[in-house]
Amino acid sequence: MAQEKVHIEKELEPILREIPDPEIPVLSILDLGVVREASLDGKKASVKITPTYSGCPAMDVIGDDIVTALTQAGYEAQVDLILAPAWSTDWITPVGRKALEDYGIAPPMDASADKRALLGEEKLVKCPQCGSTNTHLVSQFGSTACKALFKCDDCQEPFDYFKCLI
Amino acid sequence: MSSKQEDSRFRENKIKYIYGIADNSLILGQRLGELTGHGPTLETDIALTNISLDLFGQVRSYFQYAAQVSEAEVTEDDLAFLRTEREYLNVLLVEQPNTDFAYSIGRQFLFDHFHFLLMTEMQNSKDETFVAIAKKCIKEVSYHKRFSSDWVKRLGDGTAESKEKMQTAIDDLWRFTDELFQTTEADEAMIEAGVGVDVKALKESYYKKVTAILEEATLEVPELKYFQKGGKKGIHTEHMGFILSEMQYMQRTYPGMKW
Ligand SMILES: [Zn+2]
Repeated sequence: MAQEKVHIEKELEPILREIPDPEIPVLSILDLGVVREASLDGKKASVKITPTYSGCPAMDVIGDDIVTALTQAGYEAQVDLILAPAWSTDWITPVGRKALEDYGIAPPMDASADKRALLGEEKLVKCPQCGSTNTHLVSQFGSTACKALFKCDDCQEPFDYFKCLI
Repeated sequence: MSSKQEDSRFRENKIKYIYGIADNSLILGQRLGELTGHGPTLETDIALTNISLDLFGQVRSYFQYAAQVSEAEVTEDDLAFLRTEREYLNVLLVEQPNTDFAYSIGRQFLFDHFHFLLMTEMQNSKDETFVAIAKKCIKEVSYHKRFSSDWVKRLGDGTAESKEKMQTAIDDLWRFTDELFQTTEADEAMIEAGVGVDVKALKESYYKKVTAILEEATLEVPELKYFQKGGKKGIHTEHMGFILSEMQYMQRTYPGMKW
């Protein structure tokens, strides 16, 4: 799937890059793909964000964090929540996927592999601890709505898998 | 009617139409929220509360839209917490209690399959906001549907006891399914305007899908001629008052409190 074209004003990029996802702090909100636009008019910064899941409680925090960071950098910030187009796990950048894996969360697979894995048809999800794909689904819903709970049958560690959402 | 009156009538119908959809998610979300910390296992507990959270998230999108459509000065919180029982337009199915785990799963299963069809069709609405919400919701509802269907199969095709409980729940909840496909005056106005989904047209595929899963779960498909309805017109079962008194307690005790 082609990456949607997202306009992020160059001047604002480093500031936004520093803001972490509140639930997965190793992941920048830019790498999570929730920032859909960041534009600048003089000192007025306007940022559009989209929720990962409708009820994601992190969205309010992300909005507040953006306002705080931009205000501290001397901008007048306005954050709007937009619904369309709906967020997709395809928008997590390669850097973001790597960060997830290093953090111990298996990054999302493509839609068809994801479906087979979640239906328990095939062992495809790679354990972020030991790299084995000898893993099984424990629960379709993990510690947050965006994750499923898996267990590795080699190293016996439970881990989160970031579910595919496209 | 003058165009101003027509416009105002249209808004009124649209708001009622939004309630008809959003209130289902709100009341079901509230019911699922009751299970927080009480799920039969940690995983199911977390799953049910995650579903609840998805539903509340959807409700917020709907109510923010309703507040925007409304000419009155109202907020999403007013709409969620300050209406009276008769003003809630959810179907009776979603207000049914968590009698046991099989009931919670049965209610979810019977609702999810309807919800999925509704969100699929809503993506064709002429109303941009509805399309955006539906495109977002459908992704979440797909997971809900998979979860509840898996559990219906697991319990139905499980032990003698789990099968009996699942069957009892389905038998008992089945009478609330027909209401999902009934339309109100506001619904009809929205359908005519190309904004709302004609739920009557979803009925056949719904029963086909639900029946197939019940059969796979080795459960009997209830045969019923009498169905119960009323929620869509604001006439609720005796459970509704209790739900609202709990749900509205904070807002009525501390007016103006925010989510
Ligand atoms: Zn492992």
